[in-house]
Amino acid sequence: MIWLNILVEGALIGGFYALFACGLSLMFGVMKVINLAHGDLAVVAAYIAVFLVPHLHVPEVLSFLVVVPVFGLIGYLVQRTLIQKSIDRDPFTTLLVTFGLSVVIENLLLEGYSANAQTVNIGSLGYNSWHPGSIFYLSYVSLVVLASSVVILGALQLFLSKTSLGRQIRAVSDDQEAAQLSGTNYRHIFGVAAAIAFATVALAGIAYGMTTQFSPTSGGVNLLFAFEAVVIGGIGSLWGTLVGGISLGIAQQLGAHFNPQYPTLFGNILFLIVLAVRPQGLFGKKTALL
Amino acid sequence: MSDVLLEVSDLVVYHGQLCAVDDVSFRIQEGEIFAIIGANGAGKSTLLRSIAGLHKLTRGNVSFKGRDLKGIAPHRRVELGMSLVPEGRRLFASLTLEENLQVGAAGGKKGTFTLEKIYELFDWMPARRRQYAWQFSGGEQQAIALGRGLLTNPDLLMVDELSLGLAPIVIERIYALIPEIVAHGVSVLIVEQDVSQGVAVANHVHCLLEGRTSLSGRPEELTAEQIERAYFGAGQSPVSGTHP
Repeated sequence: MIWLNILVEGALIGGFYALFACGLSLMFGVMKVINLAHGDLAVVAAYIAVFLVPHLHVPEVLSFLVVVPVFGLIGYLVQRTLIQKSIDRDPFTTLLVTFGLSVVIENLLLEGYSANAQTVNIGSLGYNSWHPGSIFYLSYVSLVVLASSVVILGALQLFLSKTSLGRQIRAVSDDQEAAQLSGTNYRHIFGVAAAIAFATVALAGIAYGMTTQFSPTSGGVNLLFAFEAVVIGGIGSLWGTLVGGISLGIAQQLGAHFNPQYPTLFGNILFLIVLAVRPQGLFGKKTALL
Repeated sequence: MSDVLLEVSDLVVYHGQLCAVDDVSFRIQEGEIFAIIGANGAGKSTLLRSIAGLHKLTRGNVSFKGRDLKGIAPHRRVELGMSLVPEGRRLFASLTLEENLQVGAAGGKKGTFTLEKIYELFDWMPARRRQYAWQFSGGEQQAIALGRGLLTNPDLLMVDELSLGLAPIVIERIYALIPEIVAHGVSVLIVEQDVSQGVAVANHVHCLLEGRTSLSGRPEELTAEQIERAYFGAGQSPVSGTHP
């Protein structure tokens, strides 16, 4: 029973990791940019949900309705201006720029809201749970987060495979120059990919704030887990990212079972094993991205 | 006298320190099949890529339908009606045959070339439309790349190294399509290392040697010797092989 519990808890956390990581994976797949500010964006979204959205008389539990679209728009604009400019210089510049962005965000949050821990207040939903078995307690929030992750990854997969815009995103990811020669404006496509990445990470950030406490520096550790989920699953595969996230979650829960200090260690060990045995990730292909 | 579709004047393009295209000028009339021939490294691909907007011009002008293309992005040039089928096909590897074609159809203009039309032109395609691009042979990939280019409904279709790496029989079959493409009102600019193919199909042959124009004219006005000299450089007399 304890093992089942580990699996279920791991899967619940893994759903969150996948939601958090899919934008990172998408941005890397499409424009070869590793966004080091990805984790901080999630934290910003959570702060906005706690401090700014209530001014609009929207309850915090529904804050994602406001924050997610706004983040999508910001993502498009940041890509078309800041990130595109750094891509035009050289790939290394994008690392410096996104790292700089990360530092700026963390410090602005510290300055504005102090280092105190915050949570997104969702009332009784936060501590209610469902217990189907004797020792089983599944928090509603975690279940909702896992379900939303699966739905969003599914919708994203559908969007990429069935729509014209999605096809163009995959085409740009495969061969940017050939896509331009087929009449695709790759900068616009980059913008769309960034919009999706920002929107999904905003949702992940709010979900994070609902399940646990966060502070201005929470982005970094989550970014690490997101990287691990993406690499374990295989870069460019959305379902791979979900499986990667869940595997990472289970490994961490297993670690926690042996010693409360072991979750990160066990996650890292899994990550290293995958890197050593199957560097392209569980679902990664060599020829295809996305 | 038909209208000028593409005009390249005094074009100079550098690859870093290297001058790849050196003072090249030519005009392509509507309805023409224009062949640019030249040995490896003569600057043919760079010339095409510059026309398509993938390379910065060092000097000179490219104008299309009387419009200067300076500062116009590659995808906008496709919308204006030019399409480049790049060297090595460059299909989207993770997309299926049909998806590759659909990307072409999403860019560019609407016109006579639709997915159905391409499937008519290449009747083997519909049955295999769900296969991925990498599952096709070189000749099939070239056909898909041509189809993708045609689906942008270009007025000028540019094809870089149409025959490179393909079996002779496949090359023949693909070249046989060119008159049919022209019959749909598309002008064609082909770049070839294989002189005989280029000369056989074209109305106008333009030969490049080390980035410079070495010969230009209608194929019936040019002798095999002239072409040979223009292709390999003066004074040399190669054994045989590629001469027409």
